Amino acid sequence: MCGIAGYAGTLPRDEAAMLLRRMSGAIAHRGPDAQGVHVGNGAGLGHRRLSVIDLSADGAQPMQSADGSVCIAYNGEVFNYIELRGILEARGRRFRTASDTEVVLQLYEEYGPEFVTHLNGDLALAIWDERRKRMILARDRMGVRPLFYTWHRGAFYFASEVKSLLQVPGIEAEIDPFALDQIFTLWAPIAPRTAFKGIFELPPAHVMIVEDGEARSRPYWALSFPEQDHGDVRPQSEIAEELRALLDDATRIRLRADVEVGSFLSGGLDSSIVSALAARMAPNGLRTFSVTFDDTEFDESAYQQTMVQALGTKHHAIACGPEDIAGIFPAVVWHMERPVLRTAPAPLYQLSGLVREQGMKVVLSGEGADEIFAGYDLFKEARIRRFCGRQPSSQIRPHLFRKIYPYLSSLQQQTPEYLAAFFGTGVDAPNDPLFSHRPRFRATAGAKMFFSRDLREALAGYDAAEELASAMPETFGRWHPLHQAQYIETHFLLPGYILSSQGDRMAMAHGIETRFPFLDHRLVEFAARIPPNLKLKGLREKHILRAATADLLPPAISERPKQPYRAPDSASFRGPVGDYVDEIMSAEAVSANGLFNPQAAAKLLEKCRRDVATGFRDNAAFVGIVSAQLWSREFSNTVSSRSREAAI
Amino acid sequence: MSDAIKSQVRAFIVENFLFGDDSTPLGDEQSLIESDMVDSTGILELVSFLEERFGVAMADADIVPANLDSIARIAAFVARKSEPVSG
Repeated sequence: MCGIAGYAGTLPRDEAAMLLRRMSGAIAHRGPDAQGVHVGNGAGLGHRRLSVIDLSADGAQPMQSADGSVCIAYNGEVFNYIELRGILEARGRRFRTASDTEVVLQLYEEYGPEFVTHLNGDLALAIWDERRKRMILARDRMGVRPLFYTWHRGAFYFASEVKSLLQVPGIEAEIDPFALDQIFTLWAPIAPRTAFKGIFELPPAHVMIVEDGEARSRPYWALSFPEQDHGDVRPQSEIAEELRALLDDATRIRLRADVEVGSFLSGGLDSSIVSALAARMAPNGLRTFSVTFDDTEFDESAYQQTMVQALGTKHHAIACGPEDIAGIFPAVVWHMERPVLRTAPAPLYQLSGLVREQGMKVVLSGEGADEIFAGYDLFKEARIRRFCGRQPSSQIRPHLFRKIYPYLSSLQQQTPEYLAAFFGTGVDAPNDPLFSHRPRFRATAGAKMFFSRDLREALAGYDAAEELASAMPETFGRWHPLHQAQYIETHFLLPGYILSSQGDRMAMAHGIETRFPFLDHRLVEFAARIPPNLKLKGLREKHILRAATADLLPPAISERPKQPYRAPDSASFRGPVGDYVDEIMSAEAVSANGLFNPQAAAKLLEKCRRDVATGFRDNAAFVGIVSAQLWSREFSNTVSSRSREAAI
Repeated sequence: MSDAIKSQVRAFIVENFLFGDDSTPLGDEQSLIESDMVDSTGILELVSFLEERFGVAMADADIVPANLDSIARIAAFVARKSEPVSG
C-alpha cells in the first residue's frame, strides 16, 4: 500500500524532481516507509512506500524494467501475483526481485494495456512507457484504491489524493457546486466528478492512456446481473458450497504479506465471517480490532466479545467517546477531501490509528458483503414499498417498515398513514431505475434547504438523481428489482462513499492497508448470478451467506439481525471540544464561504446545541455544513498549513 | 380563532422546519410531506408543539396526514379538538 503521484508533459528536469517530491510528500501518510521519484523524458513518477511485500530495497518504487524503458509507480496489492509470476516464468520471463510490483511491470510488458484484466487485487497504478511515450493509469475493479487527475498548462497530473495535486503551482481548490449537490442528495459525487472543480477521479475498473497530449479512458470490467430468470438455477446447497470455496480462497490470498495481517471486528456478521476464516488460516493467531461507543445506541461490544471468545483472537478495542468525533473531525475532512453528511468515517479513523499504534500495517475488513449479498435495510425497504404499492389503501402493510428499522425510535412511533406517506415516494413508478433509493435520496436532499441563494441559482434546474438515473447500463431495465438496487449500491455508493470516505482515506491516514475478501471480483461475479430470493429471503438479509458460513460462527452472531454501522452526528459537537463549530458556522464564516444561508445555519446550530435536532434531515444538514465549512478552510488556500506540514 | 391558530402554526413551521427562511411562499394548503418540510422526527416535534401550545390531547389515531399535513388541516384539527363537547 502506498501513494503515487506524477505527470505527463514537458517540465524542466530539476523542477520536475522537486515537484514530484512535494506531490508525494503531501501524501506521506500513505507510505511512511520510503519515498522515490523517477523523472523520464516527457513524464515523471513519485512514490511513497508502505512496505508489505518484499520489504527489502528491491521492492522500492518507482521501479524500472530491466532495459529501463518502462517505469511503474503502484499503490495497492495484487493478491494473485504468485500465480501470475508462475505464468510469466513459464513464458520465459525472469525476475530480479520477490516483489509483486515487478510482476505487474512484466505483466504490462507481456500483454500491454490489457494486462489489467489478469489482476486480482486492489490497486491504482501508473506506468510510463518511454518508448511509446505513453502513460497508463489503471484502477481496481471495485474502486478500493483512489486515483485523481487534472490538466494544467498543457501537462497532465495525477495522484492518489487531491492534496498532492494541489502542490502543483497554479492548481487551486474550488468547490464544485454540482458535486456538492450530488453529496447533498446521493451521499457522494458521481465519478469522475469530485468535490474539486476541474479535478477528476479515474472511475473504478477503468484504464486510461495518456499520449500525444490527450487522455482516453475506458472500462476493462463491468458489474452485471443476469436478465430475469437467467441466474444460477442450482440447489441452494450447491450454490452455498461454491460460495464458501470462493470466500475461503479470497481470504487466503488476502493473507499474503511479509508483515502480520489482522482483522477488523465490528461484531456484525460480515467482519465476524472474515475474522473466523482468517483465524483458521493464521498459524500464529489472529489479532482483531474494534471500535466501541460510549452510547449504547451505537455500541456492539457485546457481540465483539462473543466473537473474540469464540475465535481466541488477541483483541484490541478503542472507545469512541462523546467528544472524540468533534476533536478529530477537521483531520477526518482533510483526509476525506470532501464534505459528508455523516460522522461515521471518524470512528474508523480512530480505529486505524489503533491498528498503527499496535505496530500493524494490514487488516482485513468485511466491507462489501452488504452490497453483494443484499444486507442493507434499503433492499428490504424497497421490497416492502413494492408490497405496499400493490394495495395502497392497506393499513396493515405499512407496519412492516417498523420491523426493518427497530433502531429508529421516531419511526416506531408513527401511524400506518404516516409510514405510508414517508415511504410512499415513487411507489407509483415501479419501473423507475432509482425506485429503491427514491425515499433516501429525497430525505437526504431535504438538507439542501440550507443552500445559499447564490448556490441555488448556480444549480438552477440541475437534478443529481436524474444524472445518476441516466448513467445506468443499457441492460439495467431487464434485471430483477433487487439486482437493480444492488447495482446502485455496488457500482456507485460503494466506491463513492464506503470504500473512499469510510475506507481507504481513513485507513491510509494512518498508513493502514485494508483488504476486502468479499470484494474479490470472482466472488462479486458469482454473487451477481445468485437468485434474488437466496440473497434476500423474505425479509431475511444475506440468507445464502449465512447458510454458507453457519459452521464458522456462534448462533448469537450468525442469527443476529442487521445493525447498520452508525455514529452519533450533531450530538458529537455539543461539548466544549466542538466549540470550533461556533466559529466555522458563524454568520461571517458562512457568508464568506457563500455556500449556505447564514441565518438558517445559525438556527440549525442553535437547535443542535439545545439537543432538539434529532431528525435525519437536521443531522445530515448539520454534518454537511460543518464538513463543507471545514473543507473550505482546509483546501481553499492552495497551500494550507496542513499541506505545508505534510509536504515538508 | 382559525386564523390565530394558522398564524401560530405557520410561525412554528417557519422557525423549526424552515429555520427562519420565509423567502419561499408557504401556502395554507401546501403538503408538508410533499414539500419535504417534515420527516418522522418532525411529525413528533409538531405533535409536541400542538399539545403544549394549544392544550389538545393527541391520540395515536389523530396523528395522520389527514389532520396534520398542511397549515389549514392542522388549524381545522386544533379547532375541532378545542371545541367544547356538547351533549
